[in-house]
Amino acid sequence: MNYFIQQLINGITLGSIYGLIAIGYTMVYGIIGMINFAHGDVFMVGAFVSLITILVFGITGTSNVAVGIGVLILVAAISMVIAGIYGWTIERLAYRPLRGSFRLAPLITAIGVSIFLQNFVQTTQGARVKPLQAIISGGFTILEGNDFVVRVTYMQILIVVLTFLLMAGFTYLISKTSLGRAQRACEQDMKMAMLLGIDVNTTISTTFVIGAALASVAGLMYLLYYGVIDFYIGFSAGIKAFTAAVLGGVGSLPGAMLGGLVIGLIEVFFAAYFSSEYKDVAAFSMLIVVLIFMPQGLLGRPEIEKV
Amino acid sequence: MSSNTPSMPAILPMLKRSAIATVIAFFLFLPTLGIKTSASGGVDGLFLQYRWSALAIACGLIFVARMAMEIFGKKQDGDTKPAAAPSALVHFLSSAKIAKTVGPVLLVFAIAFPFLPFSDRYILDLGILIITYVMLGWGLQIVVGLAGLLDLGYVAFYAVGAYSYALLSIHFGFGFWMCLPLAGLLAATWGVILGFPVLRLRGDYLAIVTLAFGEIIRVILLNWRGFTGGSNGLSSIPRPSFFGLPFNQEPGGFAATFGLEYSSMQRIVFLYFLILALAIFTFFVTGRLRRLPIGRAWEALREDEIACRSLGINTVNTKLSAFAIGAMFGGFAGSFFAAKQAFVSPESFNFMESATILAIVVLGGMSSQLGVVFSAIAMVGGVELLRQLQFLKVIFGNDFDPSQLRLLLFGLAMVLMMLWRPRGLVSTRTPTVFLKDEKTVSAAMISQGRG
Amino acid sequence: MSQPLLAVNQLTMRFGGLTAVDAVSFDVHRNHITAVIGPNGAGKTTAFNCITGFYKPTEGQIVLTHSDDRQFKLEEMEDFRISQTAHVARTFQNIRLFGGMTVLENLMIAQHNHLMKASLYTLAGIFNMPSYQRAQKAAKEKAVFWMDRIGITDRADDPAAALPYGDQRRLEIARAMCTDPVLLCLDEPAAGLNPRESEELNTLLRSIRDTNNVGVLLIEHDMSVVMEISDHVIVLDYGRKISDGTATEVRNDPAVIKAYLGVVED
Repeated sequence: MNYFIQQLINGITLGSIYGLIAIGYTMVYGIIGMINFAHGDVFMVGAFVSLITILVFGITGTSNVAVGIGVLILVAAISMVIAGIYGWTIERLAYRPLRGSFRLAPLITAIGVSIFLQNFVQTTQGARVKPLQAIISGGFTILEGNDFVVRVTYMQILIVVLTFLLMAGFTYLISKTSLGRAQRACEQDMKMAMLLGIDVNTTISTTFVIGAALASVAGLMYLLYYGVIDFYIGFSAGIKAFTAAVLGGVGSLPGAMLGGLVIGLIEVFFAAYFSSEYKDVAAFSMLIVVLIFMPQGLLGRPEIEKV
Repeated sequence: MSSNTPSMPAILPMLKRSAIATVIAFFLFLPTLGIKTSASGGVDGLFLQYRWSALAIACGLIFVARMAMEIFGKKQDGDTKPAAAPSALVHFLSSAKIAKTVGPVLLVFAIAFPFLPFSDRYILDLGILIITYVMLGWGLQIVVGLAGLLDLGYVAFYAVGAYSYALLSIHFGFGFWMCLPLAGLLAATWGVILGFPVLRLRGDYLAIVTLAFGEIIRVILLNWRGFTGGSNGLSSIPRPSFFGLPFNQEPGGFAATFGLEYSSMQRIVFLYFLILALAIFTFFVTGRLRRLPIGRAWEALREDEIACRSLGINTVNTKLSAFAIGAMFGGFAGSFFAAKQAFVSPESFNFMESATILAIVVLGGMSSQLGVVFSAIAMVGGVELLRQLQFLKVIFGNDFDPSQLRLLLFGLAMVLMMLWRPRGLVSTRTPTVFLKDEKTVSAAMISQGRG
Repeated sequence: MSQPLLAVNQLTMRFGGLTAVDAVSFDVHRNHITAVIGPNGAGKTTAFNCITGFYKPTEGQIVLTHSDDRQFKLEEMEDFRISQTAHVARTFQNIRLFGGMTVLENLMIAQHNHLMKASLYTLAGIFNMPSYQRAQKAAKEKAVFWMDRIGITDRADDPAAALPYGDQRRLEIARAMCTDPVLLCLDEPAAGLNPRESEELNTLLRSIRDTNNVGVLLIEHDMSVVMEISDHVIVLDYGRKISDGTATEVRNDPAVIKAYLGVVED
């Protein structure tokens, strides 16, 4: 039982990271109907930028706590800005020119951008994994059983709390501000939104920037939690996060978080109780199952095709 | 695209835009190119290398490139561009009559290829690689080009073919010609199995599900050690022989039987002609299928699935047949691959392969068989040229291997190609049946389905 | 012919809380043109989609009877089977031609099932056997017949999307006819046509009614077409049938006038 609870905690933590990445997928798919294949790699870039910024500032696990937290916030901010610029540039250079084009073109371009980013980082940073000493360590025990001790680490708490705050903030942003309204208008009918004077280009760009920024925070959290990154983490994290987005219901932010949690839990439980080598298979199979049996997701709206 | 020299005042906004582009590039390159993390020998973790010169050069290049684009009038606005007017070369490639002459010329060249003076081992291997990709491209073209089904996991069928051949020849001792149809059959069966669940999916969703399938198969191949050898793969696959005559120096071998001096090239030349024969077979069969009712149904499916159903076409069977037949050719190619390498491992069957084959089909032009040939030559051959670019060590340091750039430039090429010619090199479609005139249909008319 | 070609009985279609079609019953006869009209939102296209299998009706029966007395329960059949086995053909409100394929190809695809059988599901086709060649030739001749009939033979090798709008509409009808249907269902065939094109359409539909031994069921808003060529008119309003008779009867029916024009308040 205690083992179960520990996995639950681990799964929620991992799921939060996936959820943050999933938000980017779901917002972009909702507004322009394309899977941003390169989004997972923006997450990876965010992780690398975070790593480098941390090293530049030189904080380690032994730094003063207040200073450490302060610097980490700065790191997150810098990483969000840089990732945002990446997101903006990708949309502007690779996707916008193809917006009216035929269906396959944006997909191929997105794959091209993904391959480019992965190998850009590989070429510039080297192919080896990059380890980082833990900065935030320690935690506390919440349950003691005869066979298993359940611990919650401070890092885990930080991840879940931060994710929750970001989620709440962006949900507010989407539902209450004019940006959110513009986004929803574009999702419904882009031509009409344009005719009504909504700046569609800026709305779309902003969507990409927000998605990229959130993904980079996920990258920072991944770096701090797992302590090691490489240029390939974007690929499988990307597929899993996309699965989460679809599972939750494309276009729905709470759905993306919910989906992320479910996928994180599935992955952790599968690895814990069955086989950790095949855990990716579990997550990918989930994608197939969801798309076949529940394509509108948990919180999405079913689509009726007009003949 | 007009090229006019700007007057003095007009240069200022151009400089401004180029400067902005450079600043953006600076931020993009700073934490990636500008600062490098390296592992020190010890346990202290990573240390940072600052590469200001590389950063400066890269930013400078961006500035120059942007200014050039400004001066030569290329639009960079967010408005969707109409399809660029085809250049003379592309127009040439697209006309139906040309296909009739270029095709045979290429075939003659391909047959003569191994006997040309420059064809050494390396060149011949390259030729084999290109022809393999052409064959895979033609197979995938049925699924993606004709039927319009976005398959991002085609490599799975290539893997099934390769592993089937390996297992059948290692465990049962079947020869190449026995394994080949079996591998094709197994791959086709997998095509149906994979196709069945995804029938109702469209567009991007179908793409990512097929990608997931491909990954699942790769992970299974990697971990099912008892059956597939896991990450070590399967080796000591029997090498192909010339219809029973082994390629060795023995008295009963190929060289001795034909009175030739033994050379290791003989096996390679045989393999070359083997893949060439398989490719030609693929060409004829896929071309023929296209002109049959099934092929027309595939294309109609791509154009408008609902209209197909209203005409009584069983779209489920049509889709499954596209998957199955496309998979079959992938299986054949996989067999050849296993026979040639004498070794298979999961690393050869990753997503990059699927992406490469898909890129070859899309870049070549979805319904043009000749286009696939051109794009395979351009992509595979062009990328090989990169190994020759040693001068780039200047920017990246002496321990840099230009072949690392291969994938980087591959990704960039995919993006640029889509921006320049989203419909591919040969973007016209040749109708399958004519009343009077053999006219081609321009790309603008061809739809990709209604989503 | 005692049995009507198509007998629609208490057809009902509900989408969640909305009842789009409410217990509608009517008959369609061979060699007759039956028009379904009504204000927007009356449920015409929904009923149409139920008949042609694109929606599954919530309740009701739709029975098609062939001349050999074979019957088909369309409410239970899949959309493509309705075309393939029951031989009901349809066109669409927004033309669904295969735009990137030529006119000739469009008409050949319509004969797909027949050609597939003739090619022994592709086997005979691969080897180009004489039986397949004959079937292919016959299919081409049928295509030419229809192209001549609608007067676009000179554009046989042009992509369908390049045709003028009126020609595209009639091509879609010709393509539907190439499936040898017993019932031809047309969804707003006159939409977007100018008066001359509407005349051509009327001529075509009348000739199909007279010579091809089919029943024609059409939805239309264009009253000139409806009144000109319909033998039988059915009027729907808010999902219910409010009138059923000849064109003249329906035109003078007070219920119909009220539905379209509203009641004049004194």
